[in-house]
Amino acid sequence: MGAVAQPAFRELTDLDKLEAEAVHIIREVAATIERPGLLFSGGKDSVVMLHLAVKAFWPSPVPLPVMHVDTGENFDEVIEFRDRTVERYALRLVVAKVQDDIDAGRVTEDTGPNASRNRLQTVTLLRGIRENQFGAVFGGARRDEEKARAKERVFSFRDEFGQWDPRNQRPELWSLYNGRHRKGENIRVFPLSNWTELDIWTYVLRENIVLPSLYYAHSREVVERDGMLLAVNRFIQPGDGETPFAVSVRFRTIGDATCTGCVESVAATPADVVAEVAAARITERGATRADDRISEAGMEDRKRVGYF
Amino acid sequence: MGSQLLRIATAGSVDDGKSTLIGRLLYDSKAIFEDQLGAVERASVARGHDGPDLALITDGLRAEREQGITIDVAYRYFATPRRKFIIADTPGHVQYTRNMVTGSSTADIALILIDARNGVLEQSRRHAFIAALLGIPHLVLCVNKMDLVGYSAGRFEEIREEFRTFAMKLQVADLTFIPMSALTGDNVVSRSRAMPWYDGNSLLHHLEELHVSSDHNLIDARLPVQYVIRPQQMDFRGYAGTIAGGIFRPGDEVTVLPGGFGTTVTRVWGPGGTRLEEAYTGQSVTVELADDIDVGRGDMICRPKNRPHSGQDIEAMLCWLDAGSTLSSGTTYGILHTTRETRASVKEIEYRLDVNTLHRDQSVSGLSLNEIGRIQLRTQTPLHFDPYRRNRGTGSFILIDEATNNTVAAGMILGPSRPEATIAWHSSAVAREQRLSEGTTLWFTGLSGSGKSSVAMEIERRLVASGRPAYVLDGDNLRHGLNADLAFSPEDRAENVRRVAEVAKLLADAGVVAIVALVSPYRAGRDQARAIHAAAGLPFLEIFMDTPLEVAEARDPKGLYTRARAGEIPDFSGVGAPYEAPLAPDLMLRPADGDVAAMAALVLGRLG
Repeated sequence: MGAVAQPAFRELTDLDKLEAEAVHIIREVAATIERPGLLFSGGKDSVVMLHLAVKAFWPSPVPLPVMHVDTGENFDEVIEFRDRTVERYALRLVVAKVQDDIDAGRVTEDTGPNASRNRLQTVTLLRGIRENQFGAVFGGARRDEEKARAKERVFSFRDEFGQWDPRNQRPELWSLYNGRHRKGENIRVFPLSNWTELDIWTYVLRENIVLPSLYYAHSREVVERDGMLLAVNRFIQPGDGETPFAVSVRFRTIGDATCTGCVESVAATPADVVAEVAAARITERGATRADDRISEAGMEDRKRVGYF
Repeated sequence: MGSQLLRIATAGSVDDGKSTLIGRLLYDSKAIFEDQLGAVERASVARGHDGPDLALITDGLRAEREQGITIDVAYRYFATPRRKFIIADTPGHVQYTRNMVTGSSTADIALILIDARNGVLEQSRRHAFIAALLGIPHLVLCVNKMDLVGYSAGRFEEIREEFRTFAMKLQVADLTFIPMSALTGDNVVSRSRAMPWYDGNSLLHHLEELHVSSDHNLIDARLPVQYVIRPQQMDFRGYAGTIAGGIFRPGDEVTVLPGGFGTTVTRVWGPGGTRLEEAYTGQSVTVELADDIDVGRGDMICRPKNRPHSGQDIEAMLCWLDAGSTLSSGTTYGILHTTRETRASVKEIEYRLDVNTLHRDQSVSGLSLNEIGRIQLRTQTPLHFDPYRRNRGTGSFILIDEATNNTVAAGMILGPSRPEATIAWHSSAVAREQRLSEGTTLWFTGLSGSGKSSVAMEIERRLVASGRPAYVLDGDNLRHGLNADLAFSPEDRAENVRRVAEVAKLLADAGVVAIVALVSPYRAGRDQARAIHAAAGLPFLEIFMDTPLEVAEARDPKGLYTRARAGEIPDFSGVGAPYEAPLAPDLMLRPADGDVAAMAALVLGRLG
């Protein structure tokens, strides 16, 4: 008695709202921008983004190709995962290789124990966009990852050099997205802008999304370097005074195998990870990405020259 | 899983302690990670602060750190076990109206910061005005730095009164005042011990408890078609889009604009092919229709008896966002409205509004960066729109400079502007003050059996006895004639309310006290009635008969509750259909206020 009927309380849950927003953004791009492509690395954010694209166009197949910017310094199983996923959804895969830019002399590789090709990716990414004439490229970046990303638009305009100008961004209001651009310019689109790391994992759990097993706890040989745990592999070898040891770890992010660290963890399932992330006290990039530690403005500087 | 998302816009300058407040919310709700806090502590020490400077948490770009300012809208995320929050952090400097407009466009609630020492400043008024203009339903005035005024209740009261007087000129549905100190944390996350005289909630508690689900328009069914899904070799044609208003169910009769073809919804799909029994505002869906009609992006699916306005002549409030150009009459722009893209030229700039004084300057010929004005547009092809106050989704648009492709303006639609050639407004030769008496509308809303009609009839009797013309527009009576064609669906109720509002307006204009006694269960409908009167410059008092459902049901003068509970009246307000209580009625009458005569006296006291 006394209760007002249910209809007054129609309200989507937070995950349903985030999903609806991402689906809206993905459809908007497909409807308004010629030749969109989707960045796909096999990392969890790009897997979630692809999952959303599949849902957005159901029952049609995803009407756009995926692009992988390949540094050549990958975890083997991530490449296998990438190829399996592409086959499963019958996608067209474009691979832009950093090695090609090195061979052509467009970029020069660093040397030394901490050398990484991560920095070189930007040149390859821009070449991939140019060669495929992508008018829009979907990226899985989220605003909660890093302070420069907190100011990024959902539709982020890039000039003909791929540059981001934080002082001159287009205002973005309501759900009206302005994707207009000239030939040679492009729009980077971030459908996961409003998702947090915890949202990603909660959604992975809810939707039963398959991720590379690196994201779950496994035993691995690591070395500790600059406060981070780095996996010992063909790219990372113990240096002077470093003793490799085996420990149960998982990766919170998966980037280049030369600069992505792992964290000690026993979280073996999505539900374990949700619980772990909910209790985490260090941001995912802070824990595991040497590339952000270059300087206080590391991400901002890389974005200005065309990085995602 | 299953918590709600609340979008917050903040306004105020660095001096008001806005960054500190946001830092405090993130810090105390444990949304700051150790590495971020570590970075802030290092930076704080480097600048000679003792303890972490919470304002540094929200400092983003290098240019901002160097200049100590905030350039642009930044988004912050935090969650409590009850809710997830997105903060659009917008700078409050004079030149940044554009950013606040941007950050406010999707907000559920606005937080406006005031330094208790300085009180209500010009910029506080500007922030409140923009929040109201952008249709943010809830506003909280955060009276900050209470520690610097000795936690004085008197100072808080002064600020509250001053701001309330100003806010009455704006249409703010829900206004809350909280005294706090972001620096010390008083009343931010938990209640302050330093201010025992304050008996309200802490800010975070207020944000967690805020009721927002009735802010969405669930009445006017609107689905702008975004994308047509037609897989090859499959008998499927789906119209995908995000619902901009109302509810869609399989079996609904719908009309597709601009063609105007009628058909039926056969199936409603969620993302990935989840079959839905109903879908509502905010959901991204794909619908299938019974007939093979020509539907494409930019078309609007609605209900046959509840359509948006369709037209090329539109009146709107416009905020100019571009530093590199100005708006001038006669210029053509690209316009993006729902999923429709066309071109529009500005026919007239009626006035520019000074956002600090609300003064209207009719002598202007253009609008430049951060300026707001009322304009008339003509579009190349018709748009299907609703007034912004009724629907933020179908009432908003952006203008795009066709040479630079930049987004140069944000628009909020007021309604169709009628070209003189088709329907002219004939001005009466009698001015309002020449009429024999002064008209007003008294709008009684409340559940069936709450006592609306009884009090309305008593007021009518007393007014007429005193020689003042008055007339009761009773909801039940009107359904015998003027509204005999309407049923009780949300659409028909909306039309019922609109018609009664228009009749009341005419009576009031003629000098009569129009007394409306109508359940009018939806807030949006009552707001529309108020807007109709405001547009005509007529007084309007919303009187809420706040009789609890149990009491009204126990009275059950017409036996309707019994029938509703038996399932005979499915759409009965309060039983099988919602009743949205007013958030800020002009007068509230409760059973404790006395009998019918006592209540009538209370209302007449307000009438003057």
